[in-house]
Amino acid sequence: MIYSTALRRGALALLLCLSAGVATAQDTPVEGGRLDLVVQPEPPSLFIGITTNGPSLLVAGSIYEGLLRYNDKLEPMPSLAESWEVSDDALTYTFHLRQGVKFSDGEPFSSKDAMFTFTKLLPETNPKWREVMRHVETIDAPDDHTVVFKLNAPYGPFIRSFAYTLAPMIPAHLYEGTDFAKNPNNDNPVGTGPFELKEWKKGAYIDLVKNPDYWAAGKPHLDEVVYHVVPDAASRATAFETRTVSVLPGGSVENFDIPRLAKEEGVCTTEKGWEYNAPMSFLWLNNRTAPMDNVKFRQAVMYALNRPLMQKVVWNGYGKVASGPITSTIPFYDKVDPQYDYDPKKAKELLKEIGYDGKPLRLLPLPYGETWQRWAEVVKQNLSAVGIPVEIESTDVAGWNQKTSQWDYDIAFTYLYENGDPALGVARNYITSQITKGNPFANVEGYSNADIDKWFDEAAVAASDDERQALYTKIQTKLQEDVPVAWLQELSFPTLYDCKVHDLVNTGLGIGNSLGDTWIEK
Amino acid sequence: MLRFLIGRVVKIVIILFAITVLNFCLIHMAPGDPALVMAGEAGDADPQFIEDLRRQFGLDQPFYVQLWTYLAHFAQGDLGYSYRQQASVASLILDRLPATLILSISAFVISLAFGVLAGVVAAARQGRWSDSIISTVALLFYATPLFWMALMAVLLFSVNFGWFPAFGYETAASSYTGLARAWDIAQHLVLPAVTLGLFFMATYVRITRASMLEVNRLDFVKTARAKGLKSSVIQRRHVLRNAILPVVTLAGLHAGQLVGGAVLIETVFAWPGIGRLMFEALQSRDYNLLLGVFTVSAALVLLFNLFTDLVYRVVDPRIRLA
Repeated sequence: MIYSTALRRGALALLLCLSAGVATAQDTPVEGGRLDLVVQPEPPSLFIGITTNGPSLLVAGSIYEGLLRYNDKLEPMPSLAESWEVSDDALTYTFHLRQGVKFSDGEPFSSKDAMFTFTKLLPETNPKWREVMRHVETIDAPDDHTVVFKLNAPYGPFIRSFAYTLAPMIPAHLYEGTDFAKNPNNDNPVGTGPFELKEWKKGAYIDLVKNPDYWAAGKPHLDEVVYHVVPDAASRATAFETRTVSVLPGGSVENFDIPRLAKEEGVCTTEKGWEYNAPMSFLWLNNRTAPMDNVKFRQAVMYALNRPLMQKVVWNGYGKVASGPITSTIPFYDKVDPQYDYDPKKAKELLKEIGYDGKPLRLLPLPYGETWQRWAEVVKQNLSAVGIPVEIESTDVAGWNQKTSQWDYDIAFTYLYENGDPALGVARNYITSQITKGNPFANVEGYSNADIDKWFDEAAVAASDDERQALYTKIQTKLQEDVPVAWLQELSFPTLYDCKVHDLVNTGLGIGNSLGDTWIEK
Repeated sequence: MLRFLIGRVVKIVIILFAITVLNFCLIHMAPGDPALVMAGEAGDADPQFIEDLRRQFGLDQPFYVQLWTYLAHFAQGDLGYSYRQQASVASLILDRLPATLILSISAFVISLAFGVLAGVVAAARQGRWSDSIISTVALLFYATPLFWMALMAVLLFSVNFGWFPAFGYETAASSYTGLARAWDIAQHLVLPAVTLGLFFMATYVRITRASMLEVNRLDFVKTARAKGLKSSVIQRRHVLRNAILPVVTLAGLHAGQLVGGAVLIETVFAWPGIGRLMFEALQSRDYNLLLGVFTVSAALVLLFNLFTDLVYRVVDPRIRLA
């Protein structure tokens, strides 16, 4: 019953919220209204049973729900599961599903849908869920509102695997026995969430309206949510300035525009809502080829990079300089030595020590806009300053995917989501079994260390959090010494919004997970 | 006339097929594949996932099989399926085509009408201050980058004055229908259509002016003057009619450009047209969709050319169609 305390704490917080609401009228949600946001780029599809890219998840998170939600500390909160129990040996997870929940087409939601989603749909469509299922021995539904998982060994990340992003509940009556990729309902998503799709004008906007049968009494507060598709970053800033939209979700405008917009009157910003994804940016150093195969060269790169300056200038102070392989919002993060402060002199000494011949290196930036372009220029400058000549090789997204997955680079920018747990989002970049050509979301740098492999394996299935912490601390220390990649920054994508919008970001998964609680002050 | 039309349609079909084969080869030569892009957007993938996607896209087949399959479907009028957008290519394009046509045709009409008018005025007042102003302004529009003009137009007329909406095809999620909707779209159309039209207008001003001046010097104009015809009649019936031919030629070429070339304007003004659809398909290597957009724009260009040839005949009946 590890999580019963978390549940109690949640209930207490809810109670406090309610009483606070009575105390000050300002905190009482206002009913009705329409919220306008931008979504960038346009989602290819809203069926997040298959398509799990950022924009799809941002919009469809108001249509589909998972069994659990997670707060900013990534502790589980009820969603479609009202409560849950974990056995003392950490092998049996029992979820009690909420009663009286309906899909937006009027059909009731039951454990049948959950079983279909967990055992049939997701294992076919979602690689992350396939990884989760490797640890599951059996799934049972003893009655309409209970789902029981039995694991083959304790698996620490398991309780954080029920977010809507990873396991959205899909209606079995519409999908069972069909070709999932071509099911006509993909265009017309049916979920249990607070909103349903009214109209999607491709290339222009997506219009969601209140689901009148939503299970949470009195929610959602908003009548309508409109996501505008605006392909140009400057035009998105204009859309916000003219208040055609009142919310710019994180990453909507170029970073250098944020301070300007944030200064306007009545504009609020928040950096919250990225705790679960925890994007960590780093440079893949191709460990297979000289001179990147030399640990001292890699350390020299770390010393050569003026990361505080990058954070301050390129990212306008948003985000945080990385102190190691795990983002500080993810469980089991530990700040360990050695830390690499900006020290070009030391970098030069290390380069001299290994007799680096000044071989020019190719640098591959991320093709995600101007901020990334400038970041690459700063890195180039920093490396040149210590005597490492660098040539920037720009390409588009498809080209970037190709070059990184085929290991055709010397130094490459990237960032990876850590997915709520080091076992889910961190291990894949460092363990030997993930060195596979053709996949840019794995161990692309080619780092291989038997100890690290073993520790990551053990940490994923360790029974207690203390054991996991001890292992992850060891891992972080070893990786800090070996510098398989050059960690740059824990990215932050601030959300800009009109201060009249309340309760916009309520979970560690951000706007995508929480518009059911959102309301607009009159 | 009928024989001419049938002949041209047959030619158009053959050319379309050739273009499609060429495009297919070119697109598949670009680095990167759609499976990796889709996996990339999800930020996660295992080899099985990428293999599954490749199988769905048919990328696991040899190149000639892929080409043959595509052409076989194409011959039956089937443009294929976009796995990325989980919709048929034809429906995706049909959805976006009206917006592009409205924008292009408005820009085209604006540029042609005002361009020819200003060109005629400039020619009539050759050397005077009104001529200088028209010529200078035309040069300015011609030389200014389109995206800069677009951004300035938005800053001035939307953000500062608030006269026109800054972006979009219509007010999002409004319940307008009928005339109210048309009025709404018209308001949204002003900035993008004028911005896109200005560049082409500048060209027409210069061509019309030069052409008018040239025709004015010809003998038949002198004859007309000698006959004592009114100057306005001479300009309209004799000079303009002859001077307009180079403009028609150029406009025919531009009409094709307007369809595909509106990508920039569609991007800045968030206009939901096929220019943007094409750009997005290109970035995600959505082969079927990209080929579909290419084919449809090629067909439009060919139709515009046919139309131009017909216009020649109307303007100058001496021109033979072949």
